[in-house]
Amino acid sequence: MVRTGLRISVLVYLTMLLVLPVGIIFVRTFENGIGPVIDALSTAAAMHAFQITVVVSFYAVLANTLFGVTAAILLVRYRFPGKRILNALIDLPLAVSPVIVGLALVLVYGRTTGTGKALAGIGINIIFSIPGMVMATAFVSIPLVVRAVGPVLEEIGDDQEQAATTLGAGPVQTFLRVTLPSIRGALAYGVVLALARSLGEYGAVAVVSGRLVGRTQTVTLLVQERYQNFDQQTAYACAVLLVLTAVLALLISQALRPKELKS
Amino acid sequence: MTSPPNGAGVGLLEEEAPPAPTIALGLRGSRRRRRRSAHQPGRPLTTPGHRGPAIGLGMVVLYMSIIVLIPLSAVVWTSMEDGLGGFWHAVTRPEAWSSLKLTIVASLLVAFINLIMGTATAWLLVRDKLPGRAVLDTLIDLPFALPTIVAGLALLSIYGTNSPVGLNLAYARSGVVVALLFVTLPFVVRTVQPVLLELDREMEEAAASLGASPTKIFLRIILPNIVPAMAAGTALAFARAMSEFGSTVLISGNLPFKTQVASVHIFNQLESDNVTGAAAVATVLLLVSLAVLLGLDLLQRWAARRG
Amino acid sequence: MEFRTGRRRIALVAAGVTAALSLAACASTGGSDAASGDGKAKTVNLSLVAYSTPQAAYEKIIAAFQKTPAGKNVKFTQSYGASGDQSRAVESGLPADYVSFSLETDMTRLTKAGLVAADWNSDEYKGMVTDSVVSIVTRKGNPKQIKTFEDLTKKGVDVITPNPFSSGSARWNIMGIYGAETQSGKSEAQATAVLTKVLRNVSVQDESARAALQTFTGGKGDVLIGYENEAIFAKQNGQDIDYVVPDKTLLIENPAAITSNSKHPKEAKAFLDFVHTPEAQKIFAQNGYRPVVKDADTAGQDFPTPSGLFTIQDLGGWDAVATKYFDIDKGIVTEIERSLGVSVEKK
Repeated sequence: MVRTGLRISVLVYLTMLLVLPVGIIFVRTFENGIGPVIDALSTAAAMHAFQITVVVSFYAVLANTLFGVTAAILLVRYRFPGKRILNALIDLPLAVSPVIVGLALVLVYGRTTGTGKALAGIGINIIFSIPGMVMATAFVSIPLVVRAVGPVLEEIGDDQEQAATTLGAGPVQTFLRVTLPSIRGALAYGVVLALARSLGEYGAVAVVSGRLVGRTQTVTLLVQERYQNFDQQTAYACAVLLVLTAVLALLISQALRPKELKS
Repeated sequence: MTSPPNGAGVGLLEEEAPPAPTIALGLRGSRRRRRRSAHQPGRPLTTPGHRGPAIGLGMVVLYMSIIVLIPLSAVVWTSMEDGLGGFWHAVTRPEAWSSLKLTIVASLLVAFINLIMGTATAWLLVRDKLPGRAVLDTLIDLPFALPTIVAGLALLSIYGTNSPVGLNLAYARSGVVVALLFVTLPFVVRTVQPVLLELDREMEEAAASLGASPTKIFLRIILPNIVPAMAAGTALAFARAMSEFGSTVLISGNLPFKTQVASVHIFNQLESDNVTGAAAVATVLLLVSLAVLLGLDLLQRWAARRG
Repeated sequence: MEFRTGRRRIALVAAGVTAALSLAACASTGGSDAASGDGKAKTVNLSLVAYSTPQAAYEKIIAAFQKTPAGKNVKFTQSYGASGDQSRAVESGLPADYVSFSLETDMTRLTKAGLVAADWNSDEYKGMVTDSVVSIVTRKGNPKQIKTFEDLTKKGVDVITPNPFSSGSARWNIMGIYGAETQSGKSEAQATAVLTKVLRNVSVQDESARAALQTFTGGKGDVLIGYENEAIFAKQNGQDIDYVVPDKTLLIENPAAITSNSKHPKEAKAFLDFVHTPEAQKIFAQNGYRPVVKDADTAGQDFPTPSGLFTIQDLGGWDAVATKYFDIDKGIVTEIERSLGVSVEKK
């Protein structure tokens, strides 16, 4: 009885909030057949945008994964002064409005600031260039890997790690041979989530990108521009492309997860 | 010789007979200690000969500083440019105040709904044998991958004036809530799901064989183990709801004092060249979020202690 | 065995992903190299930063410019976005040689920052490159028979207009309504009352003019206050709408200039001059803009001259208007929105 109730309420919830909206996007995209979709995605602008999105998302997700695993282990397994504050600060970036993310990065790394000028002097342009976009994308997805891995680390406990240490393994060896395999599943979920977020980010990236057509225009920026120019077909096609990329990432991650978890 | 234990392959490996002494031996039997005392404070950071963890912390703090802390400090600094009086004025400006109230209330509501429905969804995806849940599983992350404008359009098509399901929630505060529910959907689900997958069934099976009802098993055995994950996900959902911009504008009508969220107000201030005022409202959002995040953390510790 | 297979799987996938990414990265940098390294003559790269609505027009104008002797070896980087955002980006260091905005205050921001010469508007066109007028966009056939801004005060008329605080461009609409009253002899109090009634009928306030247009064409509202060029653009894209140019309405003037820190001032000036030629002005006209050059070819567009056309100068100029009407604490429009909001909040 409870189970049926649970099933029904969750299914209704997911249908209303997930299946219907995503479904209607697919309907709108393919209502004129698959030809126009392929055409829309083969334009130079779309292909450039996809390359830029992939590059930016890759670096942002990579950085956040390295950060996320390290931070999760530190927060769950160790104690140090300021631990609670660090824990709270990690979630904070999500609460920052996208225009403020852009503003914050421009205030510190903009071309008119000391830091910005110094970096420009050695040839590194942050704002209005790919590095700034990577930073903005990383900013908005910082907690995602940490919070996927952390609870699982807490759940499985550190018995195995302690045993390994007792038997003589160093921290790195313990990490690679004991910890990492045990968090593989959660890590996969976290990485896919961070990737999805990085693919779909618009506001923060828009501000720091300079919107240079063909150079710093991500797929989300292209979607916005195409939609505003009454080219709904391309806008929806690009959105579907992002969705399919996220789904592909999830399927790949499921292939990597231990078999027992795929039931 | 069998290979070392794969951390996640518990179910399968535990059914095999323990093999000859390997590094794995002593670990299989006591693999999972059940509810140890709530929060283990953890190991000290520096142990003789092993500086790795300390270096790790240094890198973590450095990363956070470069990407988050220094830029956010710049914003807070900017918000103080007109002094405390100016800060207060910016925050109590009628438009700011109204948008802050709407945003905070909506975000709390959305976080709460996500707590319940997100956990229920994770349960369904992990424990229920429903056919087609693999399909649902692939859909869960999609609200993140969608650009806000497309998300807003999709929601407007379904819950707007020409709603195919007959629900017109657009151009009202309910529209804001729907948009926020959509963009926060994956959070609780994806933090609770991995933990549910890791849960060892031994205790549950033991309790069941002793005659405990499913509800009791859930409340006494399962729930305490997933509370940290639930709290983590809810915190994320709240924080995200506070900052959402694009999709709410499309579905809510963005009327000042009625359906305009704080993010839009901040945007307006920036467009009106009032950077200080914008930074002030953003700082308030940060402070409120920090308070709620710390509150959730405390709540979770308290719940864990009560076991 | 299983452990090692798992490791191998991960290694394979990682290798595949890295390969794919390297391809992507190579392809993008390769592409841009090919674009700029070909010509034997010195290729000059100009950076054009503009607001979003003339994108289609500028793409064609650039192509036409590149066919002229002055533009033969000039390549362009283009950036389009909301007028205020673009102006602020240039102020924070976005490299630009030619800038084009929706309204003068976005240009003034750059003159104050020293990025555009103070005499940018001392030419015969006063620095403007295109014109338009504030118009009323209606459903096909104008079922509610709207002819003037005052008609928008009637009960039951659902009005769409962007938020004047989100979008500088949205301020043209507000001043059009207000100015239509004061320019026909009404007092400020009466004009404020009319504006209040119109704003009371507004059901959606999008963040930009284009977003408001999208809301309207998406089916919401009876009437959209927008620019004539937007209405023409929508019609050209197959939208089922009509528009009315009221007798008393505001002339919209869009400025453009070259930056003072441009690395290629000669070529940038050549482009600015080209934008004022009949050929470029005709391209603008094809996209719905009114040419600023006298007797230019309007490409068959119908640009009616309203009998009561007035300019922002008649209302005091943008600087004064921005302070008097849109100051975030004391502006007249701020007060109106608050009085409407208070009545809403009490519900």
